Amino acid sequence: MTETFISWGMDADWAFFAASIAGILLITLPLLLAVAMIIYADRKIMGAINLRRGPNVVGPFGLLQSFADGLKVFLQETIIPSAANKGLFLLAPIITFTVALAAWAVIPFNSGAVLADINVGLLYVLAISSLGVYGVVISGWASNSKYPFYSAMRAAAQMISYEVSIGFILVCVVLWAGTFNLNGIIEAQRGHGFGIVNAYILNPLLFPMWVLFFISSLAETARAPFDLTEAESELVAGYQTEYSSMSFALFWLGEYANILLMCMLNAILFFGGWLPPIDWEPLYLVPGWIWLFAKTFVFFFMFSWIWATVPRYRYDQLMRLGWKVFLPMSLLFIIITSGYLMLTRYGV
Amino acid sequence: MIASAALVIFSRNPVHSVLWLILAFFNAAGLMVLVGAEFIAMLLVIVYVGAVAVLFLFVVMMLDIDFAELRAGFMNNLPLGLLLAIILICELVLGLGALRAGSVQLGVDIANATPDTVPNIEAMGQLLYSKYLFLFEAAGLILVVSMVGAIVLTNRRRGGTRPQRISDQVKRRPEEATRNESPEVGKGVSL
Repeated sequence: MTETFISWGMDADWAFFAASIAGILLITLPLLLAVAMIIYADRKIMGAINLRRGPNVVGPFGLLQSFADGLKVFLQETIIPSAANKGLFLLAPIITFTVALAAWAVIPFNSGAVLADINVGLLYVLAISSLGVYGVVISGWASNSKYPFYSAMRAAAQMISYEVSIGFILVCVVLWAGTFNLNGIIEAQRGHGFGIVNAYILNPLLFPMWVLFFISSLAETARAPFDLTEAESELVAGYQTEYSSMSFALFWLGEYANILLMCMLNAILFFGGWLPPIDWEPLYLVPGWIWLFAKTFVFFFMFSWIWATVPRYRYDQLMRLGWKVFLPMSLLFIIITSGYLMLTRYGV
Repeated sequence: MIASAALVIFSRNPVHSVLWLILAFFNAAGLMVLVGAEFIAMLLVIVYVGAVAVLFLFVVMMLDIDFAELRAGFMNNLPLGLLLAIILICELVLGLGALRAGSVQLGVDIANATPDTVPNIEAMGQLLYSKYLFLFEAAGLILVVSMVGAIVLTNRRRGGTRPQRISDQVKRRPEEATRNESPEVGKGVSL
């Protein structure tokens, strides 16, 4: 994109600056729109599973429901509890939202269509998602209220636990791909399954890792059945209890942006990202981002499906699952994967 | 970074101190990116900001710290603190002097051992797993020993606890957990 701006008569530095800004807008604005629509989709899917209609009043088929909600919270008054730590109380939703958007910088939407094509792309995603917990912890503490504080404690422990196993699962994928670059990982999946399927999922050593990754991504984004941070029967609304209007909306948007990111990571790491599912020439005529979005939506549908189906976990079960089941299993698979690759690909 | 590090010490609220510390870590990671060590920068964020500092914050938030008591201890520790500060300042001055004198050649110049085209994850991997393999494994061993030590020190078995037995819970079927009863009027149900 920098070249385009140079051809418009800018010098190189300004062109790079303008291209970065344009790239950021090109990702962020559709992302926010996608978040609005995905919230609508979530409610519609949930409604269909519960034999309800879901939102159907605002706009055709209720399509504008999320925008109406957005407008509503925008017009509300921001209430700050008098005992709250004011600066941190307002900082927390901003952190959550910013961090949720920052991770999108390294996501490749098509061959070469990525804002920052860095070598450590996957590590960057991991680093940014590990920052997400601060928004929750700070909001819980700054609210100066019991339920948000409990929720913050739960969130901190939960996110750290599952990040560990996510890290190990990613190591398995990186071992197969031989790179941390997300585009490189997608390219490595071309024709991986029987020379024809563009995905890691048919690999018997990586399929169990995908199952673990999918469950961990549910826990990492605090979606049901792991939504203990906002378990309404025990914690009111969790860390968001004291928040209102836009500060609440920022949490909301950040949460869904994170869910979308995790769905997209599932698609990129195990299902070939922007590659068509089968390595067959006519399928490449469809633009890569359509494949990526289709795969992402399939995962989002699974997220909503699980939300509507599975009852909530107990907290000790959640911790046990993370530390006693996922962690040893992913460690075992790292050893098996690296041993197999050492014997077959690199030689002893 | 120095400003946020200074605020770690000067802010009155310990939670604010931890948050400033996190900002300092973050700035350090930024500096690493600027000198071209993106792998170390990412590790710094993942390990320190993402895990260590969260635990710090976790602990500090739950502590009920009495500020007056903290202030009272200040004068007692002042001589020791001043001594440490003087030693650190001397070291800084010596270090600056050494920097003026030019870089020290420690065997092979590591910075130029690999060409710039190799990404620095690969360069570090090559060094760690060949030249410094023994040191690397020794570091790993030390960490394992400290982890086992911490677990042994804190894991005290108390009698009379009733831990969850997950396998028993999963094995339970509805048939053995529930039963249908129709008690007569005025009579209860035996458990």
